[in-house]
Order: sequence, then structure tokens, then C-alpha cells
Amino acid sequence: MASYTYTPVPDTGAKAGVLAYLVVSAVVLLLMMVFGLLMRLEQSQFTSIGGLWFYKIMTLHGAGMVGIVALAGAAVMWHFLRLYVDLSNGIFMANLALFLIGVVMILASVLLGDFHAGWTFLFPLPGTSMGLWSTGAAALFMGGLLIIGVGFVLLHLDIARAIITRYGGLGRGLGWPQLFGHDDGNAPPPTVVASTMVTIVNLIGLVVGASILVMMLVNLYVPSFEIDPLLAKGMIYFFGHVFINAVIYMAVIAVYEILPRYTQRPWKSNKVFLASWTASTIMVMFIFPHHLLMDYAYPKWFLIVGHIIGYLNTFPILIVTGYGAMMIVYRSGIRWDMCSRLLFVSLFGWAVGAMPAFIDGTITVNYVMHNTLWVPGHFHTYLLLGMVAMVFGFMYYLGKPNENAKDSPIDVAAFWAFVIGTLGFTMSFLYSGKISVPRRYAEHLPEWVPYDRLASYFIVLILAAVLVFIFRFLSRLGFASRDYQRASLARSLATT
Amino acid sequence: MQETAWQVSLVLMSLITFGVIYVAINSGKREEDYGPLVKSAYGFRTKLFWTVALIFFPAMIYNLVGLPLPYGESRADSKIGPAQVINVIGHMWYWEMDRDQVEVGQPVEIRITSADVNHGFGIYDTDLHLVAQAQAMPHYTNVIYHTFKKEGTYRVLCMEYCGVAHHNMMTEIKVGKS
Repeated sequence: MASYTYTPVPDTGAKAGVLAYLVVSAVVLLLMMVFGLLMRLEQSQFTSIGGLWFYKIMTLHGAGMVGIVALAGAAVMWHFLRLYVDLSNGIFMANLALFLIGVVMILASVLLGDFHAGWTFLFPLPGTSMGLWSTGAAALFMGGLLIIGVGFVLLHLDIARAIITRYGGLGRGLGWPQLFGHDDGNAPPPTVVASTMVTIVNLIGLVVGASILVMMLVNLYVPSFEIDPLLAKGMIYFFGHVFINAVIYMAVIAVYEILPRYTQRPWKSNKVFLASWTASTIMVMFIFPHHLLMDYAYPKWFLIVGHIIGYLNTFPILIVTGYGAMMIVYRSGIRWDMCSRLLFVSLFGWAVGAMPAFIDGTITVNYVMHNTLWVPGHFHTYLLLGMVAMVFGFMYYLGKPNENAKDSPIDVAAFWAFVIGTLGFTMSFLYSGKISVPRRYAEHLPEWVPYDRLASYFIVLILAAVLVFIFRFLSRLGFASRDYQRASLARSLATT
Repeated sequence: MQETAWQVSLVLMSLITFGVIYVAINSGKREEDYGPLVKSAYGFRTKLFWTVALIFFPAMIYNLVGLPLPYGESRADSKIGPAQVINVIGHMWYWEMDRDQVEVGQPVEIRITSADVNHGFGIYDTDLHLVAQAQAMPHYTNVIYHTFKKEGTYRVLCMEYCGVAHHNMMTEIKVGKS
């Protein structure tokens, strides 16, 4: 039965491993944002680094961002999930170690070996370099991705083990007994439901991704081991789409856990919530054909599935998670601080970014907008203003000196700079997509440059804001590991 | 189509923005009794669900009917006359086409493949708007049917990242009267 009473849970400090994840994430995220700025400056014709460096930076930016948001998302998930299940610290740290080894391999491949086939390593480009990079450089890049993937497989296997041990199965982790039977009010908490979903989809996605990476590594050295390019493309996009979607589903755990502390209202795993997460589990795995709508060699039904699920996928985001956040904040007396602001705006960023996403998944639209800047326009909206905002909100939460601590005006200004900067930056992308500017171009035609320049100014604003966020987090690392009340109580509760 | 996508996106994004601002403005004063609030919010959510469903589902179906021609075996434009065929092969980093002149108002069948890596064959009109595209993939031929509505020189740009000269991989199709 649904209960509307909030049960206080003590605020737990972060383990050293979580802090290590977050520090690495902050540093790499900042670096990758600088790389993003460098690309936009080049397209703006403010710089002239040339095609080779542009595409090397583009490859690093893509691989680096996907990897680092996954790492940051894993930190959020692990931090809260360990309150409910018994997780292995050793596996958690092994994932970080493998991640760092993979990063070094990727950096060496690109910076020393000139590899620049894009993070999507679309077959057969990594092995068809026209003499611009060696087979070894391609192997180093794909080997690096593979090692990072192995780390995440280990992490998810440990999470699966822990959930199965505590709840008796992954179906129970998703709350299926309560979803399909009588809701006795004992469904697992949202954190466990979300972690189960992420674990299921990521294990499948990572195994598929690792399979194609291994196939391509073999093909690099034994070309007679042939790979069907259409199959390779499907496998790569399946893995890539599942993996990048999963990062948001990991990070949203921060919203589920922290916003109720501020509003003193519960976020319950009721039937609608459980149904939406089970639906998302399935849809996240079947939505990837929307990347392949321009490959008419695929069966027609396959492409229509991508179109339909693109529409359906917006329901859980809008109607359940987005709406749920609005519900617990509405007339809650919430005290706005950096953490609650960032978490609240993150739901906005996710929902608002999903709109141009599903529109692009419409086949008729995709026909004239696929691979234009519309695509980075929508995913930067829900990743930057959605997922990354969740992570920064989590960082502010961990580092808040006490529940009544006031934010400095610099932080508040940084928050607004982040919101305005991201909206300006992503709208520049979307508008460029509307006027048909192709994505991944080192040089832009003169007609396109004004929007590139506008985007560059907004990125500078974002970078300034992110510098404040990161500086604040690093300066408060000492607080982050301690157990104490962090979230400010809602207004009337605080005075009674 | 791009204009429609842009405007629909703006409307939907604005609706979400207004909703979020409304909640933020009404967040300050606390309603202690959460139960009745939840019940009315769930009631509103049910209405919201059906409203969104009633808009989304017809839109989803509508957009599946009248798919761009590559998806249909029927080739609707073939009633007008026999299709002019262009065979296209993408190479790093140039396009090989067996013809680059077609007639305006007559259907064109464009058969696209690649000799090496993935490319994307994107046709831009004289105003530099993307009007049609397909992936160019080794071992496979993707076919699009397009009727050029206006005379002029159309540009072809690569729509799939294919290496260091990807952005220079351009060619032209001249569209004129017979």
C-alpha cells in the first residue's frame, strides 16, 4: 500500500572509492569540455588547428565523455545502492583501475598514434586508415575501450550478485511481485529498482559491445576474418545507445535519494513507478534502431520498431520520473540550495532534451535531420543539463558543510551561468540542425559559422560555471566522507 | 520538415519549461498533508497521460504512413515516368556517380554504396537544406527515390564520419529541364 509518510534515512558520507571516482570524473569532464570548446572554436573559424587535430580531439571528446559520465553515474549508483545491498569495495576499485588503464591506452592511441576514427569506431574505419594511423594504434584504442568495458562488466556482475542475494532475483529487484501481483508496499526502493534495470541492460549492452570489439580486433590482424558491416553497425549502436542511456538511469538515483530528504516526502516504488522501470528496461534495449533509420538495407519492421519505441520511451521519463519530481517539490517548502537546485533542474534537462530526441526518431524527420547538429543538440541537453547536473548536485550534497550552510553568491551565479550556458549552447546546436548543418565537420561553410560562434560563447559560460562547481567540490572533500545531516529540512518542519 | 520539427520541439520544450517554472514558483509554502496532494496529483497525471497518449499515438502512426519512398516497395512517383537512375559509390574521400545531371520534376532512383568505409549521401538543395539522405555502406546498396522539385545545382555532402577529409567529401547534382 502506498504510504505518504517520509521515513528519515541518515545521510551517509562517501567511501574513499566514491570520492576517487568523483575526483577523476571532475577532472576528465573538465578536460573533455575544453576539448568540446576547441572543436566549436575551430568550426567558428576562431582557430585553425586543421582536420587531423579536430578529429583526434573529437575522438577523445566522444570516448572521454561517454566513459566519464559512466564512471560518475556508477559512483552515484554505488554510493546509494550500498545502503541496501552488500557491495564489494574491491570490485568497485578494480573498475576504476581498469578504467584508468583504458584511458591511458586511448590517450596513447590518439595522441601518439594519431588514431581518429571517432569514438563509435564504426567498422571498417578503424582498420581503414589510409595510412594516417597504424594497426597498432587502432588496436590500442579498441583494446582500451574493451578494458573499460570489462571493468564495468565486473561492477555490474557484482551489483547483480548483491541484488540477487538480498532480494532473491533480478525480477524481484525490479519489483515484479508487487508490479504483477498484490502491492504489499514491500517493493525494493527506487535505488534498487534503478540499479537492477541498469545492471540488466548494461550487462547485455557491454557483452554485445565487447563482442564486436573483439571481432574487430581479430579482423585488424586477420583480415580474412570478415565482418558484415551492417551487423557491426547494429552491434555498435546497440552497445553505445544502451551504455549512454544507462548513465542517466544511474545518476537519477541521486534525485530519488536526495530530493525526498529536502522535501521530507517519500519517493515510493508503487505500481506505476515499477511499471515504468520495467518498461524502460525493455525499451532502452530496443530503441537503438533509431540510429539506423537511414540504413534501408535493414528490414522495414526493424526501423519501425525504432520509430515507435522512440515515442513510447518518453512516457516513463515525462509521466513518471519527471512528474514525480515535480510532485514532491510542489508545495513542499523546499529550501533551495546548490544541491536541490541542480537536482531539480536536472529533471528539467532530461525531460526537455527528450523532446528533440524523439522527434528525430520520427522516420520522416530523420530523413532530413539524421547526422545533422540536431543530434548532438538533443543529447547534450539531456546529458549536460540532465545527467551532469545530477552529478554536480550529488557533489554539492556530499560537500555541504552542514544542513543550514548558505551558498555563496558565486555558486548561485555559477548555477545560473550553467543553466543559461547549456540552454544557449544546445539551442545553437539544435538551430544548426534545423538549418541542416552536418555533424562531425572540422570545417564549416560560412553560412553556418554565426551559430558556431554563438555556441562557443555559451560554452565559455558553462566552463566558468563548471570550474566553480569543481573547485567547490574539491575544496570540500573533507566533508564528503563524514556521516551527518546534509539536506536542509523543508521550511515548516525546520521551525517545529 | 525541418521547420516543423523545430517548431514542434520548441512548443513541447516550452510546455515542459512552463510546468517546471510553475512548480518552482509554488514550492515555497509547505502543504503539510501530503496524502490529499498526492491523490489530486495522481488524478492530474492520469489526465496528462491520456492527453499525451492521444496526441503522441496518432502523431506516431501519422508519421509512419507516407514514409519517405525508400521504405516503400510501391515507389509512388513511378506513375509519372521511368525513374532516372544514379549509381553512387562513396570512396575516401570522394563520390563516384555515373551521372550528375537529372531532370527536374522526374523521379530519380539513387543507388548508394561504398567502396571502403561508411559514408552518408546527403542531398542539399540550392538553399543548402538537406532534402534526402541515405547511408553509403560497403557490401550493401541503399536506394532512395527522390524527385527534384526545383532546377539548380544541388550539393552532396557526406553525412557519416569517414576520416580526416570527411568535411571535404562534396560533389554536385545538376537539375534542369530536358
